[in-house]
Amino acid sequence: MDFALSPEQRQLQDSVNAALAQVSPLARVRAFAESGEPVARDVWATLTQLGAAGVMIPEEHGGLGLSLLDAALIGEILGAHAAPSPFLGGAVLAPIALLAAGSAAQQSRWLPRLAAGEAIGAIAVSEAVAGARDGAGPTARDGRLSGVSLFAIDAAGWDLAIVADTAGGLHLVEAGAPGLATVGLTTIDKTRRLGELRFADTPAEPLAAGDAAAALRRLRDAAWTLLAADMLGASGAMIAKAVAYAGERRQFGRLIGSFQAVKHLCAEMAAELEPCRALVWYAAYAGDAVPAEFPLVAAHAKAHLSEVSRFVARTATEVHGGIGITDLLGLHYWFKRVGLDRQLLGGPERVRHLAAAMQGFAVA
Amino acid sequence: MDLSYGPRYEAFRASVRAFLDGHAQSAARDPRAWQALLIEHGYAARTIPKEYGGFGAAPDILESRIIAEAFTSARAPGPMASQGISMLVPTLLELGTEDQKRRWIGPTLRGEVVWCQGYSEPGSGSDLASLSTRAVEDGDDFLISGQKIWTSTAAQADMIFCLVRTEPDAPKHAGISYLIFSMKTPGIEVGPLRTMTGHAEFNEVFFTDVRVPRSQIVGGRGEGWAVANATLKHERGMLGDPNAAESRLAAIIALMSEERVGGERLMDNPLLRDRLMRLQGRVLAMKFNGLRLLTAALAGEAPGLAGLIVKLQGCELNHQLAALAIDALGELGVLYEDSPHLRDHGLWQQRYMFDLGLIIGGGTAQIQKNIIAERGLGMPREPKTVAA
Repeated sequence: MDFALSPEQRQLQDSVNAALAQVSPLARVRAFAESGEPVARDVWATLTQLGAAGVMIPEEHGGLGLSLLDAALIGEILGAHAAPSPFLGGAVLAPIALLAAGSAAQQSRWLPRLAAGEAIGAIAVSEAVAGARDGAGPTARDGRLSGVSLFAIDAAGWDLAIVADTAGGLHLVEAGAPGLATVGLTTIDKTRRLGELRFADTPAEPLAAGDAAAALRRLRDAAWTLLAADMLGASGAMIAKAVAYAGERRQFGRLIGSFQAVKHLCAEMAAELEPCRALVWYAAYAGDAVPAEFPLVAAHAKAHLSEVSRFVARTATEVHGGIGITDLLGLHYWFKRVGLDRQLLGGPERVRHLAAAMQGFAVA
Repeated sequence: MDLSYGPRYEAFRASVRAFLDGHAQSAARDPRAWQALLIEHGYAARTIPKEYGGFGAAPDILESRIIAEAFTSARAPGPMASQGISMLVPTLLELGTEDQKRRWIGPTLRGEVVWCQGYSEPGSGSDLASLSTRAVEDGDDFLISGQKIWTSTAAQADMIFCLVRTEPDAPKHAGISYLIFSMKTPGIEVGPLRTMTGHAEFNEVFFTDVRVPRSQIVGGRGEGWAVANATLKHERGMLGDPNAAESRLAAIIALMSEERVGGERLMDNPLLRDRLMRLQGRVLAMKFNGLRLLTAALAGEAPGLAGLIVKLQGCELNHQLAALAIDALGELGVLYEDSPHLRDHGLWQQRYMFDLGLIIGGGTAQIQKNIIAERGLGMPREPKTVAA
């Protein structure tokens, strides 16, 4: 019975944290946000050196062969730094799709390049998971896709995309394929790149080696878990910033952190967030070891972290007072980061509805 | 991370289950006989030394947890729970004299002696150390005068463990002593304290020149605050029961699946269902947080923030669960006591009201937030006002 991180896992978090403090400080986050650069290559190179790009990819394909929990632990640190990186798509979700439903040939073609950080992976499954908007949802016929995928993750500078069609099938599309266009979507969160993929009779390889429905479910549950981990890290960072500020800012001749009105806001944030850590750990652990529990726990991790993170984001901003809402401080990068995490692949109401349906309490 | 218990503990679990299967009838007998049987088999007083009336096993958190889980899932009555067993016994084991241990621990474990706790006073709630019940030396005795409040089980109690001020001129934390004495001593009056639930879950206790031998002190004179904190440490050290919120949630799921209003199943109301799902997420988070605390305890590590938030979050969660059940029941939710059409014995309203007391008692929610902020987050303390 051991529900704790191993020394290796703590070390992994420490080393990613130290590296991001160097390569992705606020100034770098800001530069990425204000530029149109598709991928923060320097940040990604540093993460790749630490093995992050191949964290879930088996060793025979050049990865570390670690677990979803390890990936979630890295994801938490990325959230803590609001770091720009194509980690979710290329290091977590594309490998999961390839391992769950890719052929041996597809795996040996793409996994080594993903593990080396050379290939950027985009993930276009929004319609299948969160529901179609504005008539989106690509259809597949004879190895070709037509239509539009909205809210594709890490959809800038990408090399391969994993695409879900309207029938729930998964496909692999290569950058530069004929009839393909990528259009950036401008969101509140400029630390990440969302896009719209447009297909016009675009060649696409089906990922059909396994149970497609199970593969899509695993993709969804892993994505929910990683978005929850990102919110965990981002919220933890916002609390730390609020506490630090309250410990240096003076008004009325006192540190504002000595006022109970301020202290209690910080305590409430910590009290709400701390149990979330165990929830995210357990969701990721279920993804590795308790598959039957994974969908429900992943849904609850996504939905609950969404609610807690919204509370933390607004409260941490309030603790900072007026400076909290300024661009100068930059707290808004974290505020917006959790704002995106909350909506992406289903807001909490929708995800809770799906959680109810999983238990037979509602019709999906 | 590995949530399996391993073969040795699974074998232990099987032995607990076998015991429960074989003794289902005995469980219905009187509580003291059941408690005696549990002690004999090591399912109660498991780690208390044999010479003081316990079972004498080495402490093993997993074994304790397995016992608790097996009793819960078998719906068997667990070991006797009382303030004497949970608070006084560990305190005596740590700080009592040999004579005090031999005299009190065994009978307390067996339920032959019932204790109540005399800590809070009308003027000393959150600021417990300001307590003013006085014990004045008179020959070989103390004479105690003052008042205690929130004393549950005082009406049934044989004995009290009580904080009194023995050194009125010392700083407030240094003037307190921890005394144990009989509730039958002349000069003690107990009055029931009826709460909003309609029941008297607590009492007030009045002391007028209550004569207690000086030998009935635990720890030294003026060391009562440290003794009380040792007790509280034991209380904090006990893991919160992660099963409580979970079983409450299961009861609400059953309620919402079965009850209908205007022909519509409560579960089919999307707003109620969403509230249920929100609370399920919270229940899971607290359950897994409990696993984390258990692991920290096994490793002998301080639980940190994960432990500090349990009282605040756990009590609030239970309260919200009761509120959902009441709201889901609609008009039926207001029925109480012995009304026709009553559901679940009126338990949800009673819990909703009683749980508010739990949010306040044992360190108010606001005191918990101070603790979380100051000890957990390292925030600056409130500047001290001049002591009254």
